[in-house]
Amino acid sequence: MDMNQYLDIFIEETKEHLQTMNEILLKLESFTYDKDLLNEMFRIAHTIKGMSGTMGYQNIAGLTHEMENVLDLIRNDELKTTEEIVDILFECFDQLEGYITNIEQEGNEGENQSEALIQRLENVRLGKAGGEIEDIQRKTMDEKSFDSLNPLTNIALPEHVQQAAENSRKEGLSTYFIKTSLEEKCMLKSARAYIFINRLERVGEIVYSNPSIEDIEDENFELSFELLLISKEDQDFLEKEVDDISEIESIEFMELRDGQMSPAMDQKPVEVETAAIGNEKENSGKEPSEASAISKKKSEGVNKGKTGKTVRVDIDRLDNLMNLVSELIIIKTRLEDADGKQDAAKVNETTEYLERITTSLHDAVMKVRMVPIERVFNRFPRMVRDLSKDLGKDIQLDMAGKETEVDRTVIDEIGDPLIHLIRNSIDHGIEGPEVRRESGKEINGTVRLEAYPDGNTVVIEVEDDGKGIDVNRVKEKALSKGLITAEQKEQMEDSEAVELLFTPGFSTADQVSDLSGRGVGLDVVKTKIESLGGDIEVTSKHGQGSKSVIRLPLTLAIIQALLVKVDAEKYAIPLNTIKEITTIHKEKIRNIQGNKVALYRNETLPILELAELLRVPPMEKEFEDPEHTVVIIRKGDKTAGIIVDDLIGQQEIVIKSLGKFLNNVEGIAGATILGNGTVALIVDTNSFFRKEGK
Amino acid sequence: MSQTQQYVIFKLEGESYGIPIEYVKTIEKMTEMTRVPNAPEYVEGVINLRGEVVPIINMRKRFDLPVPEEAGDTRTIILELEEISVGMIVDSSSEVLSIEDSAIDQTISLDAAVQDDHIRGIGKIDERMIILLNLYKVLQLEDSEKPA
Repeated sequence: MDMNQYLDIFIEETKEHLQTMNEILLKLESFTYDKDLLNEMFRIAHTIKGMSGTMGYQNIAGLTHEMENVLDLIRNDELKTTEEIVDILFECFDQLEGYITNIEQEGNEGENQSEALIQRLENVRLGKAGGEIEDIQRKTMDEKSFDSLNPLTNIALPEHVQQAAENSRKEGLSTYFIKTSLEEKCMLKSARAYIFINRLERVGEIVYSNPSIEDIEDENFELSFELLLISKEDQDFLEKEVDDISEIESIEFMELRDGQMSPAMDQKPVEVETAAIGNEKENSGKEPSEASAISKKKSEGVNKGKTGKTVRVDIDRLDNLMNLVSELIIIKTRLEDADGKQDAAKVNETTEYLERITTSLHDAVMKVRMVPIERVFNRFPRMVRDLSKDLGKDIQLDMAGKETEVDRTVIDEIGDPLIHLIRNSIDHGIEGPEVRRESGKEINGTVRLEAYPDGNTVVIEVEDDGKGIDVNRVKEKALSKGLITAEQKEQMEDSEAVELLFTPGFSTADQVSDLSGRGVGLDVVKTKIESLGGDIEVTSKHGQGSKSVIRLPLTLAIIQALLVKVDAEKYAIPLNTIKEITTIHKEKIRNIQGNKVALYRNETLPILELAELLRVPPMEKEFEDPEHTVVIIRKGDKTAGIIVDDLIGQQEIVIKSLGKFLNNVEGIAGATILGNGTVALIVDTNSFFRKEGK
Repeated sequence: MSQTQQYVIFKLEGESYGIPIEYVKTIEKMTEMTRVPNAPEYVEGVINLRGEVVPIINMRKRFDLPVPEEAGDTRTIILELEEISVGMIVDSSSEVLSIEDSAIDQTISLDAAVQDDHIRGIGKIDERMIILLNLYKVLQLEDSEKPA
């Protein structure tokens, strides 16, 4: 069966499940025990196991299977949640995430890397349960625990098996639960298990096996397996029957009486008959390996290729979109019916209506693209936990405004900058517990992450109560780096000094992080955020912490732009890059060393000609205005004036990509479609500054 | 058994060229074009194709053929290769032909104004010769084929 069509769904859903698992793990760590959480976690492990099994991802299925086993013990109070277990579960989570990433990128889950983890889980399960394994079984003797278990696991024992056990009991046969462990050095696990199973098959009927017979054939199990055997022989006879098989560590027999089932057995009920042990016993050594090779090949072939970006959309939003589109169609019909000359009023009215609809439509489409920022935030608790463990700091992460919605494109891009900022806060901002106690602060530091919408923008704040930025040292460093002069240093405001952290020359200095506690790669953060059309501001109080405020546009698809004319061509300049618009007389523009410069507001302003930059074919002009129209653009603190021929006006434009074919055309950031249906290009003003710098 | 593939045939300076039909999205008449500065010379500009901005290349310029003053009744073939949409201005395009794979000769040096590696082969059908193009080479996509 072609599984490819389900791949996207599989990845999306598994990711969601993993996210929930992550949250639960974090909660488990702090509250140590909560039945609901454990049940939820168990369900997730089980769901992932089922899904990945269906998709043919054996590694994931194997790992989740073992997680399930351990979780099952925990929630049945047979195992205590210890830090060790939570740590192992965290590692399992990481491993699962790794597999999923691999599937997403490569189309297959990659090498099996979870052997060791599975072994550790097993150890936890057996090590703890080793002495208690009989406990487990004894416990299951009372029906209550059996009953309370099944509804939770949602794995009903197939009726016919229960029936078979029931019937055999009536016929005076006995049902045995047999748990067998192989020796660790055992080379051919599946073969050994086979001999064992075959022996038992001679004297009875195996109705259950865990792991399944197929898994045992494929050597897809650790050292132990469990069987349910119906036989007329008594236990001693059975024990003797399998006694002489070598490389077996231990065999535990247990007879089950009325209505008793072991919890360990309901995990992967498999009919033994389907495994067709009967006729093919002899060939079994060979065939399964072939079969598994084929299935492996299949899964490799099927799951090639990358998966696309998707957005999950609330059906209400789609309905809304649908409604608006139907309105649009109605308006179209109305306009068709209207006779321009006679129904001028009607046309006007309809046009107004059309305007309203397009506005709502724009709104609705934007909403479809919006995703709660939760998707980014969710990975931080884990990161903070790991970092604070590594650094030996006690750090609490407070998050607010997780439900704030931002455009899907922003979600993908904002993660890294935020990680950077939070890392900085934890690594350099928040002091160790000793220092904190001495300075009279609470011992555990706090990092606060908050998102909220503000008008047409979304604000994300990262705040810590650490030691803040030592402005004087930043200044000194900048001075020694030659970024500022001694005079500048004296006059510099604190806020300006903080800005220094964002200058590339500053942050590349390697000792800076030790010195100021800040600055590693902050210029990268700034560049990233600016490329998203946002800005970042850092404030800091020495000794009390620092705060970064990121401001992002709600959506990247629609911006305000100034339309300008250069000869016959029209271009759009994004409004957020424009500082002001002015006119400068031709004579005031000087030519200094090949660069045009004008004195404007007592500062030198580099002057560029848009027509020149964009190689616009010159047009014959009847008369040339000595006053040039100059649009002053800015990037950071740098400004430059660009000469245009004419201003058309301010307009909301929809950004369209030029497509991959025309990727990276210099000076052009994209395109937009104007009211008359023609395409206007959007000027990438930032690229002019790069030129200017050279 | 020989496989047959359908090709959209277009003309350029009297020669017939073919592109596999699965790459062809639509064929359009000329519409208003916006010049793109700093783009390769053969890129004529971009057009608005029902809300999508599509780059257009002039095949005459691409193959260094003379570009007539008057455009005449040219056609634009809109292609879609993987995720890339691009239009090609050609002299005319009016037919779709089925060419058997066995009737395609691998490239022999040809007196076409096209560099050899742009040609995938020559399709023969009813005494006609159809130049089959290697679109990736023509659009210079070999580098961008594997985007980073």
